[in-house]
Amino acid sequence: MNNYSYIALIPLLPLATFLVLGLFGRKYFKTFSGTIGTASLLASTVLSLYTAYNYFFIDGKVNGVFQKIIALKYTWLQFSPSVSIDMGIILDPISVMMIVVVTFVSLMVHVFSLGYMKGEERFATYYAFLSLFTFSMLGLVLSSNIFQIYMFWELVGVSSFLLIGYYFEKPSAVAAAKKAFIVTRFADLGFLIGILILAFYSGTLDFGVLIERLTSTQSSQYISITSASFLGASMLTWGLTLVFIGGAGKSAMFPLHIWLPDAMEGPTPVSALIHAATMVVAGVYLVARLFPVFSIDVTALQIVTYVGAFSALLAAIIACTQTDIKRVLAYSTMSQIGYMMFALGVSKYGGENGLGYMASMFHLFTHAFFKSLLFLGAGAVIHLVHSNEMKDMGGLRKLMPITHITFLIACLAIAGIPPFAGFFSKEEILLAAYHSNYFVYGIAVFTSGLTAFYMFRLYYSIFWSREADVHDAHHGEGTFSMKLPLIILGVCALVAGFVPIASLITSDGAALETHVDIKFSALPVILAVLGIAMATFLYKTKSDRASNVAEGFGGLYTAAYKKFYIDEIYLFITKKIIFNLIGRPAAWIDKNIVDGFMNLLATTTGKISELIKGFQSGKVQNYTLYFFGGILGLAVLFIYLWK
Amino acid sequence: MNLSILIILPLITTFAILFVKGLKQVRTVAFIGSAAQFLLSLDLLFVYWKERAAGNTTQFLFDFDYTWFAPLNIHYHIGVDGISVAMILLTSFVVIAGVLVSWAQETLNKEFFFLLLFLSVGAYGYFISLDIFTLFFFLEVAVIPKFLLIGIWGSGKKEYSAMKLALMLMGGSGLVFVGLAGLYFNTNANGAHSFDLIQISQMHISVAAQKLFFPFAFVGFGIFTALFPFHTWVPDGHSSAPTAASMFLAGISMKLGGYGCLRVATYLMPDAAHYYSWVIILLATIAIIYGAFATMMQKDLKYINAYSSVSHCGFVLLGIGMLTQTSITGAVLQMVSHGLMTALFFAAIGMIYSRTHTRMVEQLGGLLKVIPFISTVFVIAGLCSLGLPGFSGFVAEMTVFMGSWQNPDQWYRLATILACASIVVTAVYILRATGKTIMGPIADLHYHGLTDATWNEKLATGILIIGIVAIGVAPFWINQLITPGAEYIFQHLGNVLK
Repeated sequence: MNNYSYIALIPLLPLATFLVLGLFGRKYFKTFSGTIGTASLLASTVLSLYTAYNYFFIDGKVNGVFQKIIALKYTWLQFSPSVSIDMGIILDPISVMMIVVVTFVSLMVHVFSLGYMKGEERFATYYAFLSLFTFSMLGLVLSSNIFQIYMFWELVGVSSFLLIGYYFEKPSAVAAAKKAFIVTRFADLGFLIGILILAFYSGTLDFGVLIERLTSTQSSQYISITSASFLGASMLTWGLTLVFIGGAGKSAMFPLHIWLPDAMEGPTPVSALIHAATMVVAGVYLVARLFPVFSIDVTALQIVTYVGAFSALLAAIIACTQTDIKRVLAYSTMSQIGYMMFALGVSKYGGENGLGYMASMFHLFTHAFFKSLLFLGAGAVIHLVHSNEMKDMGGLRKLMPITHITFLIACLAIAGIPPFAGFFSKEEILLAAYHSNYFVYGIAVFTSGLTAFYMFRLYYSIFWSREADVHDAHHGEGTFSMKLPLIILGVCALVAGFVPIASLITSDGAALETHVDIKFSALPVILAVLGIAMATFLYKTKSDRASNVAEGFGGLYTAAYKKFYIDEIYLFITKKIIFNLIGRPAAWIDKNIVDGFMNLLATTTGKISELIKGFQSGKVQNYTLYFFGGILGLAVLFIYLWK
Repeated sequence: MNLSILIILPLITTFAILFVKGLKQVRTVAFIGSAAQFLLSLDLLFVYWKERAAGNTTQFLFDFDYTWFAPLNIHYHIGVDGISVAMILLTSFVVIAGVLVSWAQETLNKEFFFLLLFLSVGAYGYFISLDIFTLFFFLEVAVIPKFLLIGIWGSGKKEYSAMKLALMLMGGSGLVFVGLAGLYFNTNANGAHSFDLIQISQMHISVAAQKLFFPFAFVGFGIFTALFPFHTWVPDGHSSAPTAASMFLAGISMKLGGYGCLRVATYLMPDAAHYYSWVIILLATIAIIYGAFATMMQKDLKYINAYSSVSHCGFVLLGIGMLTQTSITGAVLQMVSHGLMTALFFAAIGMIYSRTHTRMVEQLGGLLKVIPFISTVFVIAGLCSLGLPGFSGFVAEMTVFMGSWQNPDQWYRLATILACASIVVTAVYILRATGKTIMGPIADLHYHGLTDATWNEKLATGILIIGIVAIGVAPFWINQLITPGAEYIFQHLGNVLK
C-alpha cells in the first residue's frame, strides 16, 4: 500500500498560492501572479493525475473491489467524547475522479485567464480568488467527515461570491453575488439541520462510520433513526432530504436554481470553472458520497429523482428562449445536472442495479469537459464582440476557426451524438432510467431532444446566421494561452467517453459490465438529430422562421422567456413578505414598544420624582401644613372607625 | 503565577497616565501598558498550559486567598480556569486594539486613556475573582467609565445614550446584587455565610432559595449581555460611543454579563438553572431571530453591528440555557469569538466614519476602490459575523448548535432550528451592508481622496484578525482550554440527558 499523505499537498498548494497572492500579489507580483497561480496548480494537477494512476491501476483494488482509503486524519474540533470534526482525506473512486476533474479544469481556466484577464487592474486578486476556490473545492471532495464537507461547502460558496462579484463596481454583479450567496445559504441551512439530525442519531460525523451505522439494519442507530418520525416521515428521510436541499442549492436544482443564471455576471472563465464543471456538481457529489444511506430510503431517493428530472426539463425549456449566450449555457448546466441527479435517484446500491450511480458519475466526468469548453469558447467570443447577446453575434466561424471547431465538438458532445463524450454517459443514464421509471425516462428522452435543439440554436446564432460587424476583428481568437485550453478540452470532449468509468467508479466499488445497445440508443440519437435539424432550419441563416415559431407558441414562449416568473415570485416573497411583514415590524417594535417601555419607565420615574419633590421643599410652613393636614386626616379616620 | 499582577499592571498604567503630558506621551504610556497586558495574558496562557500538562487537574489554578473584610466573610480570592483564561485573552486583545485605534484622540486625551484603561482593571479583576462579592465589586468598576466615555467623547444623542446605558446597567447590577445577597444568606459554611464561589458550589442551596434568587442574578447579568427585552441600551449605547469605547463595550462589557450568567447564576444555582432553562431559551431564541430581523432594517453601520450583537449574544445565552457540556463550551467560544469580531467590526466602522464622516449605508459606496485595506477588514469582520469557516464565528456557532441539539427536548430542538435559521438572515444583512458600502460604484467624488489605514490601525486590526483566525483555523487549542471548565459546570448541573 502506498503512502498517500502527499495528497494533502493537492489542496494545500492552491491555499498557499491564495495566501501569497492575497497578501503580496498586488504589490510585488502584479502580472506575474498569473504565472505563479498557474504553476502551482500545474503541480497540483500532476499530483492528482499521479494519485489517480496509483489508486485506479496500482493499489486501490483489493479482491476486485475499490477500497476507501483514509489518507490523513486529525481531530480538529472535539464536540463531545464521541463526536468530533476530523480533518481527513478520503480516497475512493469518486473523490479521486473529482480531484482530477477539479484540478484539470481549474488548470485550463488558469491558463485561459492568462489571456482573457490580461491588463486587469486586480489581476493578482483574481488569481488569489481562483486559488481560494480551487483549494475549497478540493477540500470539499476529499472530505472524510460530514462537517468537514460542510465547512468547505461554505468556503466554496464564499469564493463563488467573491468571483461573481469580481467586477464589484457593477451593481448588477454585486446583486448577483449576493443572490448566489443568500440562496445557497438558505439551502445550506437545510444541510446543517440535516447534519444535526444524522449526527445525533448515528453518534458520529465521520462518513465511514456514519454510513456503516445507518445502513446495517440491525444497528441500534438504524433502528432509532427509522423508528423516530416527524410529520409522518422517519428521521432518516428528514435528515437525508434536508441534506439534499443543501445539495440542491449548490447544484441549482428547482426551485433553488435562481442564482445560477445571474451568477453569469462573473468573468466568463470563472463561470467555466465554478458554474459549469465543479461547484455546481457538488450537490451531486454529496448525494453520491452518502449514496449507501440514500439507497435504503425510498422516499428521499424519489425526491432526488423527481427534483432532478423536473429541473432537467424546466431548464431545457427555458434555455430554448434565452438570448444571452451565457444564460443559455447556465440553463443547460442546470439541465445536465438534473440528469445526474435523477440518475442517482433511479439507482440502487450494488451490482447491476447500481447502473444509475455509475452513469451519474460518468456524466459528471464528461460534462465537466464539454461544458467548461463551451464556457471558455463563449468567453473567447465575448472577448471579441464585447457582448453576451446573440444579436451582436453571427458569422464568427471565419474570424475564430479554432473556437468554432471546438465549440461544435462540445455541442455535439452535449447533444449526445456518437462518438462524442456525452453520448456514452447520457446513454447509460437513459438506460438506468428506462429500467426503473418510464415516466422519468420519457422526460429524459424528450429533454435530450430539446438539448440538441437549444445547443445548436446557440451554435448557429454565434457562428452562422448573419454577419456581425465586429470592431476588434483583428484581435481574432486572442492569445495562445486562450487557444490552448480550447484545443485540449476539445480533445477531451472527443475521447472522454472512452474512459472505462464503468470498471472504475461504481456504487460498491466492483467493476460493472456495460455495452452499447444499438436498438436502445437509436431513439435518443434520432431525437437529437431531429433537434439539430430543426435548429439548422430555423437559425442557420437569418430569417423570420424563428420568430414565427416563437409566436406560434404564444404564452408558453413568453413564460419560458421570463423564466416562468420564478424570480418574480422570489422577489415578492423576500421584498414584500419578509422585509415588510417581519423585518420592518421587528425594527418598529424594538424602537417603539420594547425601547418605548424602557423610556416610559424612565420618564415615569422622572415624573413621579417631580411630583413628590415638592414634599421635600425645605420650607417650614409647608412641613407644618403637611403636619396638621396629617393630624386632621388621622383624626377623621379614627372617628370614622370608632363609629 | 501571581494573578494579582493582572490587576496591578493596568492600575499602574492608569496612574502613570496621570503623570505625563501631551497626546504623544499619553498614548505611548497607554500603548506600553496595554502591550504589557497583552504579553502577560499570553504568558498566562502558556503557564496555564504548562501547569495542566504537568498533571494539575485542580478546577482553579494559581489560587490566592486573602480575607478582605472579615465581618461579612468577604475574601479577595482569585484563581483561573480555562474559561477565565480565554476571557482574559479576549480582554487583552481588545484593549490593545482599542488603544491603537484611539491613537489620534485629540480632545481630553489623558482622561480618555485613563478611563479606557481603568475599565480594563475592572474586567481583569472580574474574570479572576472567585469571591462573588469581589466579582461584583469589579463589575461596578467596569460600569462607571463607560458612562463617562460615552457622555463626554460620544457622538449623536450621547447624553441620552450614556444615561440610558448607565441606568440599565446599574439596574442590572442592582438585580445581581439582590441575587448574590440572597445566595449569601442561604449559605452555611461552619456557621458563617460565604461569598466564596468554590465553597458555595460544594454546598447545597435549598431549591426554593435558588428558584427565588436565580432570576435576579441571571436577568441582572443578562442585561449586560443584551438579554431580550433588556437589550435596548445596546444600539443606542454603541452607536453614540467613540470607536474604542464601542469596542470595549461590545468586546468586553457584554461578555462580563455572559460570564456572570454562566459562572455565578448557572453554576451556583444548578437546580434553578434547570427549572428556568426554558425561559432562558425562549428569550435567547427571540433575541437571535428578532435581533437579526431588526438588524436587516437598520441604516446606520453602527446600529447594524449593535443589533447584530444582540442576535449573536443570543447564542451565548442559548448555549448556557441548553445546559449541555458542548453547548456551554460553545457559549464561551461565542463570547470570545463575538468579542474579537465585534471589536474588529467597530474598529472598521470607526475608520470608515473618521474618513467619510458618515455611517449611513445609503451615503457610502465603492470603498474597496479607494480604501482597500479598511474595506478588506470590514469584509473579514462581516464574513466572520456570518459564520464563514476559517474564522472564529463558525467554530463558536457550530459548537453551540451541536451542543444544543444534544438536548433531546423537542421544543429545545425547535429553538435550535430557529437559531440555525438566523444564519440566513445574518447573511442577508451582512451582504446588504457590504454590497452597498464596500462594493458598488463610488458614492461620492470626495471619496477619491481618502487615505487608507495608518500603521496603528493596521496593527490594531491585524491583532484582532490574528485572534479570529487562530480560533477559526485551529480551534482545538481553545476548545481544549475551555472544555475542562465547561465540564465542571456541566457535571455540577447534573446530566440533563437523563
